[in-house]
Amino acid sequence: MSQLVLDKLRERFGATILETHSDHGDDTAVVDPGQWKVICTFLREDPALDFDMPVDLCGVDYPSRGATGRMEVVMHLYSVSRKHRIRLKARVGDEDMDGAEIESVTSIWPGMNWLEREVWDMSGVRFRGHPDLRRILMYPEFEGHPLQRTYPADRTQPLVEYRTEEEAGLPLHKIEPFGPDEGMPFGRLGPHPRTDRD
Amino acid sequence: MGDVNRSLTLEGSEHGFATTKVDALLGWARKYSLFAYPFVTACCGMEFMALTSPRFDLARFGAEAPRFSPRQSDLLWVVGTISQRQAPVLKRIYEQMMDPKYVMAFGTCASSGGFYDNYTTVPGIDKVIPTDVYIPGCPPRPEAVMDGLMLLQDKIARNERRPGVVKPRFDPVHEVDALVKLRRSATDPREVVPALKAEEARALGRGGSK
Repeated sequence: MSQLVLDKLRERFGATILETHSDHGDDTAVVDPGQWKVICTFLREDPALDFDMPVDLCGVDYPSRGATGRMEVVMHLYSVSRKHRIRLKARVGDEDMDGAEIESVTSIWPGMNWLEREVWDMSGVRFRGHPDLRRILMYPEFEGHPLQRTYPADRTQPLVEYRTEEEAGLPLHKIEPFGPDEGMPFGRLGPHPRTDRD
Repeated sequence: MGDVNRSLTLEGSEHGFATTKVDALLGWARKYSLFAYPFVTACCGMEFMALTSPRFDLARFGAEAPRFSPRQSDLLWVVGTISQRQAPVLKRIYEQMMDPKYVMAFGTCASSGGFYDNYTTVPGIDKVIPTDVYIPGCPPRPEAVMDGLMLLQDKIARNERRPGVVKPRFDPVHEVDALVKLRRSATDPREVVPALKAEEARALGRGGSK
């Protein structure tokens, strides 16, 4: 659909665009994280592209990728005037999330402010130049970033100390008819067989 | 309750007769004047709105008056998922309420965390505050909630503070073979097989008597 956007990106930035693909009308460009802000500025300011609407930003963790960029920052953009959209990806960080940093684009799209805070909160990607990089969903006392796949699925960090069974005078595991294993079991099963394959 | 007993027991009374009666009277009065504080956090709230509408008429139980200050209320409705971030707020609301106070866990999430088995959800409000009645359901039907409310009233009348759980009622799925089936052909099979008609009437009769 927006092959034009990919063509213009490749023409302008060359090897900085690491790979591109199109699927069912969705076009994706994987770009060099170092050129993130330059590319975003181009997408916003080129009159033929005119991406004026930041749709979404998220982080996707691929621990098995190792040093080649474990955390993928995915940005979706749409142009209201040109009616085309694009998905940008940048791979940052090594196995231990060292170097998981990328330039903030809040100066281009102010609406990216909270989205970048969410990606920092959930995935642990630092945004250089962000005006106020705090957690947005979790509480400040929370340690770690829960959507990193190395975060233990059954680890909780309660703010209020749980009542003890002596204090309550009754068992506090899930009582009848709720079984002790009530709930989704994905927290107990270990790595996901399909998504961990990368 | 203990303080009330002491203050109302007559000096020199050896039978304890008056105390028991005052307890019963207080319980009777309390169970019909539950001032509710709705702590509504999630989708169960929609069902809670249905419950408090005239159709289900919570005024029958004397529990229809909402009080949006915890200091004026005796019944805390915890309606919906409680996240770890909300847990201190819930606890503080509970601590601000005057004794005697009661807590209803409305829905599976408030009761046990529901299917949220993760880093962000409190696995049941009883981990944070004492809970009187658990109402399972996702969300529970208003009938189930009224069951729970009557259970709470019964507990108040008996001055019983152990927790209670609303049990599920008859589920027609268990007798699905006896119920009428979806007609899949243009010809009504009930006309082709006369026995089906009698079976359907029997099944519907059973459904109606329930």
